[in-house]
Amino acid sequence: MIETVVSIGLAVDEKMIIKKNRIQPANLKGNEKRICIVTGLHGDELEGQYVCYELTKKINENIQFLNGIVDIYPALNPLGIDSVHRGMPTFDLDMNRIFPGSENGAMPEYVAAKIIEDIDGADMCIDLHSSNIFLREIPQVRVSEHMEEKLVPYAKLLNIDFIWVHPVSTVLESTLTYNLNNKNIPTLLVEMGVGMRITKEYGDQLVKGIFNLMKEIDMWRGEVLAVKEPIISTEKEVEFVNAKYSGIFIPCVGILGVIKKGDSMGEILNPLTGEVEEKIVSPCDGMIFTLREYPVVYEGSLIARVCGGAEWKKR
Amino acid sequence: MEKEVVFTLKSLYRDDMRITGYRFGKGDKAACIVGAIRGNEIQQLYTCSQLIKTLTKLEQRGAISKHSQILVIPCVNPHSMNIGKRFWTMDNTDINRMFPGDANGETTQRIANGVFEEVKGYAYGIQFTSFYMPGDFIPHIRMMETGYHSPSLANLFGLQYVLLRKPKPFDTTTLNYNLQLWDTNAFSLYTNATDQIDEKSAKHAVVAVLRFLTRMGVIKYTSHSGYIASLLNEDDLLSVKTTTGGIYRRLKNPGDGVERGDVLGEIVHPYEGQVLEQVISPTDGIIFFAHTSPLVMENVVAYKIIRRLHE
Repeated sequence: MIETVVSIGLAVDEKMIIKKNRIQPANLKGNEKRICIVTGLHGDELEGQYVCYELTKKINENIQFLNGIVDIYPALNPLGIDSVHRGMPTFDLDMNRIFPGSENGAMPEYVAAKIIEDIDGADMCIDLHSSNIFLREIPQVRVSEHMEEKLVPYAKLLNIDFIWVHPVSTVLESTLTYNLNNKNIPTLLVEMGVGMRITKEYGDQLVKGIFNLMKEIDMWRGEVLAVKEPIISTEKEVEFVNAKYSGIFIPCVGILGVIKKGDSMGEILNPLTGEVEEKIVSPCDGMIFTLREYPVVYEGSLIARVCGGAEWKKR
Repeated sequence: MEKEVVFTLKSLYRDDMRITGYRFGKGDKAACIVGAIRGNEIQQLYTCSQLIKTLTKLEQRGAISKHSQILVIPCVNPHSMNIGKRFWTMDNTDINRMFPGDANGETTQRIANGVFEEVKGYAYGIQFTSFYMPGDFIPHIRMMETGYHSPSLANLFGLQYVLLRKPKPFDTTTLNYNLQLWDTNAFSLYTNATDQIDEKSAKHAVVAVLRFLTRMGVIKYTSHSGYIASLLNEDDLLSVKTTTGGIYRRLKNPGDGVERGDVLGEIVHPYEGQVLEQVISPTDGIIFFAHTSPLVMENVVAYKIIRRLHE
């Protein structure tokens, strides 16, 4: 059942409509759990589009196993997705920095408030992101430290490769995930893939995980497949590699690659002079879970993140 | 006056991005003034340029107080300004959401850090800034209630209004907020333009800063006393929102007094030309903010009115 979450009249003969698809069993008892799958908050992140499609298709094909309400929101920033624009067009505003929004606020804040209002009361939410056009991420869930105990058990069910536990100080209070968790709706922030692209195998991997999670919380009665055991890492076990020079980054490693401290990860080249500006080496033994996708780098641009924590070493 | 590059960022395809600071006087860090952080803040850049011009003359006349140092950074983001982009050229991040920055972080975090290392530690911090929504304001000083704010000092700018508001989650990464956390009395000064230059408003802003610095004993400059500001809380402002989209015809401007029932604007059918909606004032008051774009969506704040205040 397609429903309107919020509708805003635009200037010239058009409405901006945020829609959701509600899938539910034929006979409701009134006490069903509800899970929300939200994505498309950033218009350049498309990985969630395939996940929404695949999840909807698979549930509808096996609707007899559904034991709860699934709300799927494929496009929280429809104008952004349509115009290949990360933020909200016309306002040039990052929609994931305006939550919880306000009913009486400006248009983007009003939209944010309506999104929260619509999700409110859910038993679980998955907020799907796909990095940006610059970085590729392995399928992972990011959890703030103060929510670790509550969220990590759910995150482990999602068939992802990695769980990154952030310190509270770096968590942005204006994000959708933060605000939903603050309202006591367990919300998992998934990052995977890269902006403007769809990585089908990541999507399939996550869909498998979502069914597994739904089974665990008694929203799915069908069979599910075994899922991966993710590596769990805290902030201090993650090493960041930033460019020291501007140039063109050419990697010699791949994402999910295992690497040793001092191993080459690639080079930053100068196409004008033909010189190597910087040789990038790994700061630790570990696994590459973020890797630069967009070749042009400025001084400071993130090249990679390497997880080298205790749990990694155990493996 | 000493002109110096306070931060440099190398670029592969463009000239280095140089953030330039102008220092006046010597000694204690008295005041820092920051202009354009976003690439479309042309008015803020222009206002700073006029301030630098005036401070240069004042310094030549010996009007900067002894042991007082003033730093002015007219533009934090020339790279974006030069290509007509509001946010950072490459990843579209907002430098005014990156403070206090990180010397080892992403590019815009490094820029923010480079600037913040220069501007922190001053007694007073003034930022010429713009609003995230397109529109015009009455010139005013805006302060966040951080617990470190001082409305009585804000009054010394001699502008008509001082607006106090509670910080929202995204404010914690702005320059103003972080200056306050680092013991600087920080003020955001809004003029009534951003993308275009409004000479009159820029001049008022320059005089307001000079008046403030004089009253704080940093410079000697004679000007009229300005206003005793009306202190407003954001709750005092009533938002008037549109209920339909279309072509927008603005009928009232910031500073205009209005009465309940007055027609403030009209929304015209974009194809057929008839008036679809009249934007009606729900209160007596003074227009504080007015939407500028010729197109308008539904549910947009067309006006903010200071309730029950008369001209």
